[in-house]
Amino acid sequence: MSRNYDYDEERLGELLRVLRPAPIGWVSAAHELPAARRSFDEIVERAEADAAFRKALVSDLEAALASEGYEPDRRLRSELERRLAES
Amino acid sequence: MTRLDSLSDAELVRRCKAGDAEAWNALVDRFSRYVSTICLRGFRLRAEDAEDVFQDVFTRVYTNLHTLRNESALRPWIAQLTRRLCLDTLASGAREQPEAEPISVDREARLDEIDEAFAVREALHNLSDTCQDMLDRFFAQDQSYRTISSELDIPSGTIASRIARCLGKLRVELEGRSDPSAGSRE
Repeated sequence: MSRNYDYDEERLGELLRVLRPAPIGWVSAAHELPAARRSFDEIVERAEADAAFRKALVSDLEAALASEGYEPDRRLRSELERRLAES
Repeated sequence: MTRLDSLSDAELVRRCKAGDAEAWNALVDRFSRYVSTICLRGFRLRAEDAEDVFQDVFTRVYTNLHTLRNESALRPWIAQLTRRLCLDTLASGAREQPEAEPISVDREARLDEIDEAFAVREALHNLSDTCQDMLDRFFAQDQSYRTISSELDIPSGTIASRIARCLGKLRVELEGRSDPSAGSRE
């Protein structure tokens, strides 16, 4: 589709209003994704290699993670639960 | 404006693939408004659903970036991913927010307008830092002349005329563009 970008200033103002900043918390969480993914991979690797750690994760995920110093967010916790249930 | 803001989408993707953390932050900053606006304005998801889609989009972008063969196709890839995840969310039972606009402004029209706004925003990056900042504060952040004046240390009596001049420059920047992809950084 071809579109013509000749606007008057009023329309430009309307279009500039469309893209509002995303909430700061959402953006910060997205920034932290690489570090969060590294934690996730590390936890999964440990769970695969260490039966006791895996058992602790399956029994009480939140407590096991906290005791090891991990603080994954809600999404990573759900992903971990899913991953542990699959393996 | 940081040095990464001026990079093309393709260069940004290449740096992200190489593990450059600053490039990842710049990619998130470049597309965060676009993704959140598609969720909130395009599909009218409720905030909690929109946040889930937003994080899911960036998680998938991060984990699948290496599969993107045409690195300059980043924006359409993110747009398609966001739209698909919004539709999945609605299909799984999430409700749209009540309509605030006339019924005639349907979803496709809203999504088209978001793409148009993205192209305008990309053109904005070719203006001076002060113009970018001032237009963004006034239009996208609803800041008053008084706030802009104090934040940017500019006399408040000159804000209106400066905004008008910056809009004029933006208009010139956009004149003659007829291809929507001209708005992407290639």
